Amino acid sequence: MSESSEDRADALFHALSDRTRRDILRRVLAGEHSVTALAASYEMSFAAVQKHVAVLERAGLLTKRRSGREQLASGDVEAVRSVTSMLDEIEQVWRGRVARIDELLLS
Amino acid sequence: MPVTDITKDVERRTLTITAEFAAPVERVWALYEDPRQLEQVWGPPEYPATFVAHDLRPGGRMTYYMTSPEGERFAGYWDVDEVDEPNGFAFRDGFADAELEPNPELPVSRNDYAFTATDDGTRAVFTSTFDTAEDLQKVLDMGMEEGATTAINQVDGFLATNTQNA
Repeated sequence: MSESSEDRADALFHALSDRTRRDILRRVLAGEHSVTALAASYEMSFAAVQKHVAVLERAGLLTKRRSGREQLASGDVEAVRSVTSMLDEIEQVWRGRVARIDELLLS
Repeated sequence: MPVTDITKDVERRTLTITAEFAAPVERVWALYEDPRQLEQVWGPPEYPATFVAHDLRPGGRMTYYMTSPEGERFAGYWDVDEVDEPNGFAFRDGFADAELEPNPELPVSRNDYAFTATDDGTRAVFTSTFDTAEDLQKVLDMGMEEGATTAINQVDGFLATNTQNA
């Protein structure tokens, strides 16, 4: 891993380590949301929600665009692949194990 | 192929793999009761495992190391939480130091193995859960080398499904 991708991984995992941020990410992956609408969904201040959105944005999980006075946020599906690809690696480990178990049981 | 189902829960960082084996439940169980058989299936051939301690009872501990092609040892341990012979067991799998003592700074995965009888043998369901994405990353960094390069491109369909369900 290059240094920049290590940094990116740090930002990614930090972003996903918070329950509210995961919830925000779920919403914006399903479709574009205004930050105002997101803020209305949580019992915390607009500023706090905006901060969570910013963390997700820095991690590359979310992109923002401006429309009039609204900030619109949408999820970046590509970036979410990382956790999936890690589970895929674990899957490969397990496929190897299952094949060895099968072989041993048949011998 | 004995693998009949794979389920990945990205939110919970859980992998569930279901396999069908052509042997009775008791035979599958016996594999886990015998460290010499267990070490044949735990590590890949390039990183053979050696189980040192083996205590498959609630509260029991297993210790093992895997040896790299260069002769370097990577140690781990299982802390056994639940045992229901011969139907399954649950344990935490972590990393250990050179003296086979658990390293509390490294991640632990929670594992549940369940075996049920079928007409043709045994259905085994293996579940592994990682507490955080960082843990998952660390476990992979620490040397789950097996097959690591092959899987990266298989994600599209899964992610599409997973996102829709979210």
